[in-house]
Amino acid sequence: MIRVQARTEQSTLMAFASPVLAIVLTLIFGSILFSALDKDPVQALHVLLIMPLSDAYNISEMFVKMGPLLLCAVGLSLCYRANMWNIGAEGQLLAGALGGSAMALQFVDSNSVFALPLTLLAGVVSGMLWAAIPTFLKLNFNSNLILTTIMLNYIALYLLIWAVHGPLRDPQGFGFPESALFSDATLLPVLTDQGRVHLGVVFASVFALVAWLILSKTHLGFKIRVYGSDAPAALYAGFSSKAISWFVMLFAGGLAGLAGVSEVAGPIGQLTPVVSPGYGYAAIIVAYLGRLHPAGAIVASIFLAILYMGGDLAQIEMGIPIAVVGMFQGVLLFFLLACDFFIRYRLVSTRDQVA
Amino acid sequence: MSETLKKQSSKFRLELLNITKQYPGCLANDQICMNLMPGEIHALLGENGAGKSTLVKTIYGVVAPDSGQIIWDGHEVDIKSPSKARDLGIGMVFQHFSLFETLTVSQNIELCLSPEQLSSIGDLAGRIQELSKTYDLQVDPTRYVHSLSIGERQRVEIMRCLVQSVKLLILDEPTSVLTPQEVAGLFDVLRKLSKEGCSIMFISHKLHEVTEICHKATILRGGKLVGTCSPAEETPATIAKMMVGDLAEQDAGYTKATGEHIIFSAIGLNLPAKHPFGTSLKDIQFDMRKGEILGIAGVAGNGQEELMSIISGEDNRTVNNAITLDGKDISTLNAGKRRKMGLAYVPEERLGRGAVPDMSLSENTLLTHSSGFVSKGLVNWNAVKQYAKALINDYSVKCHGEFSEAKSLSGGNLQKFIMGREIGQNPKVLICAHPTWGVDVGAALAIHQALLELRDQGAAILLISEDIDELFLLADRMSAICNGHLSPVVRTEETTIDQIGQWMAGTFIESNPSSQEVNA
Repeated sequence: MIRVQARTEQSTLMAFASPVLAIVLTLIFGSILFSALDKDPVQALHVLLIMPLSDAYNISEMFVKMGPLLLCAVGLSLCYRANMWNIGAEGQLLAGALGGSAMALQFVDSNSVFALPLTLLAGVVSGMLWAAIPTFLKLNFNSNLILTTIMLNYIALYLLIWAVHGPLRDPQGFGFPESALFSDATLLPVLTDQGRVHLGVVFASVFALVAWLILSKTHLGFKIRVYGSDAPAALYAGFSSKAISWFVMLFAGGLAGLAGVSEVAGPIGQLTPVVSPGYGYAAIIVAYLGRLHPAGAIVASIFLAILYMGGDLAQIEMGIPIAVVGMFQGVLLFFLLACDFFIRYRLVSTRDQVA
Repeated sequence: MSETLKKQSSKFRLELLNITKQYPGCLANDQICMNLMPGEIHALLGENGAGKSTLVKTIYGVVAPDSGQIIWDGHEVDIKSPSKARDLGIGMVFQHFSLFETLTVSQNIELCLSPEQLSSIGDLAGRIQELSKTYDLQVDPTRYVHSLSIGERQRVEIMRCLVQSVKLLILDEPTSVLTPQEVAGLFDVLRKLSKEGCSIMFISHKLHEVTEICHKATILRGGKLVGTCSPAEETPATIAKMMVGDLAEQDAGYTKATGEHIIFSAIGLNLPAKHPFGTSLKDIQFDMRKGEILGIAGVAGNGQEELMSIISGEDNRTVNNAITLDGKDISTLNAGKRRKMGLAYVPEERLGRGAVPDMSLSENTLLTHSSGFVSKGLVNWNAVKQYAKALINDYSVKCHGEFSEAKSLSGGNLQKFIMGREIGQNPKVLICAHPTWGVDVGAALAIHQALLELRDQGAAILLISEDIDELFLLADRMSAICNGHLSPVVRTEETTIDQIGQWMAGTFIESNPSSQEVNA
């Protein structure tokens, strides 16, 4: 007989093995699914996971997708460490894209050196403002952060769609719902000769490092961790829950906003109705897959970026519907949470116990 | 041979043969043998970590032993679960209570009864009230458990066993949160049960209780059985010696100190309760002086929690100038700012408030002790680790090391760690709730001496405890709290246990007769 037993101390091995195990289980599940769709599972997995890394162009595209995922996930990791269930990275990203675009469109015919910094700043501030709304509501009226952040995601999306159909639409755009193209001075510099890898990836990596330092080396980071794992102890120690909540939410909102503005001022180059294929939601999975650790988030964001790329390729190469990406993400989170069970518990055979 | 064994064992209510339990990294029970007659009150003694809890959990079916036999009424039994144990007639009151906070008292009791038991009882709430009266355990069946203090929750646990008819009642440190009067009441209950033929297994750190009530005692040390005795023939000192070897001396009477300089004062603290079942504080007024220990006695749930959180700053709703520290008004400051001004605090709950369960001991050191370890917002983790190691060593905290998670420590060891951490900050004022609750004799002595040393260095200490003996031992001045009122403060030499006991029952409250009832 096998039964479940609580571990006296959390298993560090399982904390690292769990994401790997979850990925393997997801791939097994995917193979079964592809077989059921009459697609060769080996070929499908090859297209989905290997082809995105097969040439320089694909790799650069992978980095383009990794940037916003990582930026959002780093902020979310901090929020979740502090028990702030911010599901609103998508909305904060869109707010950043919208605010950044509004600023960028002031510089359409300009070569000012301030164009790019101001655009980025506007994006960051917009993301922070969007994160400030649910934070204020939670701290003052005890509203549920999960619900308010999700609702604000939709509000941000429709606000962006309204803006791109209305005030920010390109007057010379023949009525298409798009803004004018941003001037070169407003665009993020591209890092390589080929492809579209831009400065956003660098921002993401730098901020992952910064968040790592905050968590591991600073007193503030320690307070965040205490507040997240034991709120009464934080109160007892005299840590200000308000200050911690504001910090993690504004940090996450700012990073998501930066991700959003880096999209419009990066690969897209203008404001369009579709800025994000759900980066803000996928970042939740990245955060968990990365063990709520900024360094882990780097690895996890690469994986999810590959999955995004692979989904595109699978659609082109094998006619597999793009919905498969969303499904893979969901199944991955499912298996991850299931595997995380074994960090705190283990299976023991009762026969061993008697012996 | 087996026949004689059977005959012998059939006299016993319970017999344990060679019970062994190995935990990762620790042999909790090593070949333990003991037996209990019907109606016998049997003490199980030992330091923290001696294996007492593991042994009783084995009997109650919570822990499966690796080897050994349990013989119940002459038959070998395999107690697979607590419900199996309850079917046999074994009831247990845990040291850490197992109650659902979101349910009422009677719902909690209902949960562990089988449908047949329930139907035979009929009106459960009525039965609880009836038992409350019979045994003088004040338990209101309609109250929610989250609104009860630790002492009150324990009464619910005891009630839970009494509602079922038990043949063996196991009590894990049952008296630690009761008043002297309540302890006497509990002992009456136990004697009554014993006369009715119910066996009682009693874990306690208070040796005079053991000598007072128990027929037999079994002493464990480091997972091994080290002796059995008849407590009536021993003195607390001789039993203590068996428990901890030669290390322990019983607490001698300490010299009392008199402070001059007032460092902390509370004036006219009036505060409505935060939740419906809390206690409102009513015009509380007291001073604390440098180099003096002020003890506040009281039954759990009479405003101690409210008073402590208002002093510590966790609840900062007070009006201005109500609390002053070193002449400065601190009533609007939060807990962190008060700590910076030299206020330290050992809370009633160790795990989950005094320490973060999932964090290491070094991280838990930094929880309240950050001075010297943080510069420009950065933490010097190496220094924290060194300091935590020293703490563990100085207070002989039993653990794997400074990397051990707080939740892996036993209650007493965690208490030693928290006491050490708070005392180590050289506070001007230390507020301390139940300093030695669940701590073994040797460690209690060390904690007492650390507190007195801190006092002699000029700190003011507020000791809030339900252990009246300890208060008399340590406090220089005494007071009692009842229903949110604070009694007059008197010098310990000038009062008696009887007087304080009466104050705990509220006899000092004259102006308002309606508030004379003890809030239980």
